[in-house]
Amino acid sequence: MNTSTNILIGGEAGQGLVTIGELLSKVLVRAGYNIVVTQSYQSRVRGGHNTFAIRVSDKEISAPKESVDILVALNEETVNIHKASVAKEGIVISSDKFKSGEGVLRPIKVPYEKFGSAKLENVASLGVVCSILGVEKGHILKLLNDRFGKKGSTIAKDNENMLNASYDWAAGQNIVFNKSPKVKTDKERYMMNGNEAIALGAISAGVKFAAFYPMTPSTSVNLSLISHAKETGMVVEQAEDEIAAINMAIGASYAGAPSMVATSGGGFALMVEGASLAGMTETPVVVVVAQRPGPATGLPTRTEQADLEFVLYSGHGEFPRAIFTPGTVEECFHLTRRAFELAEKYQGPVFILTDQYLADSFRAVDKFDGNLSRVKAGVAASEVKAPYMRYALTDNGISPRLIPGSSKHLVVAGSDEHTEGGHLTEDLDARVKMVDKRLKKMEGLSKEVSQPEYFGDASPDKLFISFGSAYGAALEAVKSLNEKGGETALLNFSQVWPLVPSTFIDKLNSAKEVVAIEGNATGQLAGLIRKTTGFEIKNKILRYDGLPITPEYILNRLAHGEPVEP
Amino acid sequence: MLRMSDTMITNDTYKISETAWCPGCGNFSIIKSVKDALVRSGLEQDQIVFVSGIGQAAKAPHYLNVNLLDGLHGRSLPAATGVKLANPTLNVIVESGDGCSYGEGGNHFISAIRRNIDLTVIVHNNQVYGLTKGQASPTSDEGFVTKTQPDGVKSGSFNPIEVAVALKAGFVARSFSGMPAHATEMIVKGIKHKGFSLIDILQPCVTFNKVNNFGWYKKRCVELPKDHDPTNWENALKVATQWGDKIPVGVIYENSRKPYDELIYTGLNSTPKDLKSILAKYC
Repeated sequence: MNTSTNILIGGEAGQGLVTIGELLSKVLVRAGYNIVVTQSYQSRVRGGHNTFAIRVSDKEISAPKESVDILVALNEETVNIHKASVAKEGIVISSDKFKSGEGVLRPIKVPYEKFGSAKLENVASLGVVCSILGVEKGHILKLLNDRFGKKGSTIAKDNENMLNASYDWAAGQNIVFNKSPKVKTDKERYMMNGNEAIALGAISAGVKFAAFYPMTPSTSVNLSLISHAKETGMVVEQAEDEIAAINMAIGASYAGAPSMVATSGGGFALMVEGASLAGMTETPVVVVVAQRPGPATGLPTRTEQADLEFVLYSGHGEFPRAIFTPGTVEECFHLTRRAFELAEKYQGPVFILTDQYLADSFRAVDKFDGNLSRVKAGVAASEVKAPYMRYALTDNGISPRLIPGSSKHLVVAGSDEHTEGGHLTEDLDARVKMVDKRLKKMEGLSKEVSQPEYFGDASPDKLFISFGSAYGAALEAVKSLNEKGGETALLNFSQVWPLVPSTFIDKLNSAKEVVAIEGNATGQLAGLIRKTTGFEIKNKILRYDGLPITPEYILNRLAHGEPVEP
Repeated sequence: MLRMSDTMITNDTYKISETAWCPGCGNFSIIKSVKDALVRSGLEQDQIVFVSGIGQAAKAPHYLNVNLLDGLHGRSLPAATGVKLANPTLNVIVESGDGCSYGEGGNHFISAIRRNIDLTVIVHNNQVYGLTKGQASPTSDEGFVTKTQPDGVKSGSFNPIEVAVALKAGFVARSFSGMPAHATEMIVKGIKHKGFSLIDILQPCVTFNKVNNFGWYKKRCVELPKDHDPTNWENALKVATQWGDKIPVGVIYENSRKPYDELIYTGLNSTPKDLKSILAKYC
């Protein structure tokens, strides 16, 4: 794992570390590198200790790294907190005014005040890092101009001067650093994080309505939708609470708008009755749950994968659903599209389970097809028989869905058990038929399930099982073990419901040992696999300290059985 | 949407089917008023969407021949908001009871008024929970004795008219099921009003409310004087607080604030920009 450089920028909330983190990420992506960003922040607006880590490589990378190669300290506290994590050859960039730094092997003390205004120290630190990494100055100047050019020539000029001075200063220091080789590229790529990719996946699928109540780490899905709302012609409504949000989405979907909600665990807890309503009224809705550690308010700004069972069993009564668990930013895009398609086709709730780490993790992403088709809500009136019945019994359980107002037919959707016509009924034979009809759709959903991805040795000594954002770390751990002669493999689930045993049971049976890698304390995927297959996964590597699973974490646990500081 | 009808809207268009209500229930009169108001409004039948919650009153649209989204208890307002925002050309009418609208859905009631979204909200208000068999509702008077409040209700009563006027709701009216022509008139006006319209209709519950019965309301409900100016907010607020020996019915307050669905960008029928141009911003 020495093929990458891990840059960690640390400081207080309000010091602009996210701004330079994003700028540096974009510069690196434009220069052709791959990145994995991990953002760690506290539940406060100012102060505290926040970090923005960018792991950068000329090779494919898919996970964060714990040891730090370049520490950029915007305050003294950052030096003290992180100096123990700095690798032997690593450097620590800080102001020459800082008194701390005892025990730092390779300090780079920067005379920021010589370059310009103290307010622009973060831009100067960007110049120093780019110089050390060998990123061409032109790339950064262009980006600064893109970002701040409009703000008025003085600010743009000040930024440019600050960057030139700091970049040139660092170049003159002859700092020896084992940097990644230059990448030759003329390929344009995107830089985006998981939540942006979810929003864009929804836009590509033709989303027309979203309602939300702000909640970290889901809010940026809604912010991204809002930033494009005028271009997409969609409504994004800030609701009075999450209960209102999902009921609005169901109302909008009934009226013909492909609809979604994005929230986090506590907010989804409020939406649960609505999930059941979508199941009963057979109304398409895409529900994004960006996980953070619970129970209750938990750790509001950290990451966890502990809501799989919650989402799977959410909502009273029995109704069909699908749950996607994207493991990469690309999957956030494609699986959200898929969620809209399935929600429309099978007329009910489809879930996307992501988490804070993936939500905030910027990556370099190859361009998406710009001509993707949009979901069409409902069917044409010519496709239904008169008298129209919203819940007509069919072989596959799917009743033709008309949109009210689109024809002379009336559309009656009800949350009570209902007749084929949608009116409430206490006819118990009709009840049984309706339950069977709704659950029949599970067969179709099972046939269309995304197969789990298998990587590595065909009959491995060790088979890792993962889902969602743990994918990247598990994959790198397998690669690392196999490079050292191990016979390891990975089985990753990007869809955890329905679980279709025939798509993966052979893999479990042909491994000598199976190890579940999960970001929770109880091994929820392992439990679900046992429930659906009877196969018991005894060994688990679990993480629930609020931080993302890393390859080092997995390898340390394998070697020592206990967590070991990196 | 009001448009020239290609099929005549008649009394048969919205024919009332068999109900699950007690004989003598005020709902019978209200559903007739709703039906008459729909006929009088002359709206295209297929361009009306009813949204209801849960309770005996919320069943009403099931007995009319209309588009219907019958959702969860207390959640009819957000569901109706979603319908209206998705397709602002639809006429959206919400129908439910006092428990659903003012109790379980209290937060939504306040928020929908603040949004001033163009919904017509008809609340059957009998000051008691019927379907769950006789517990106090938010509008039960203090001292009202029930099985669950055997020593009488200790909480203050929720006056929906007062709250709606205080929040400057677009249109606020009260009626009584014992005055069917008046109730019809209020609903017609509410449908016509562009913005949030509340029509609170008092009704007896013959099974569970032996205090606020037909005679009790009949004696107290008095039409507002002809010179009542519903656009005078200060005066409307005074009228809204009246409850007891004299209960004013009529259009208590009205303003011409632009409805939310006309203020925000709603482009359901617009063609989205090319995906490529949106994605290009991420390069």
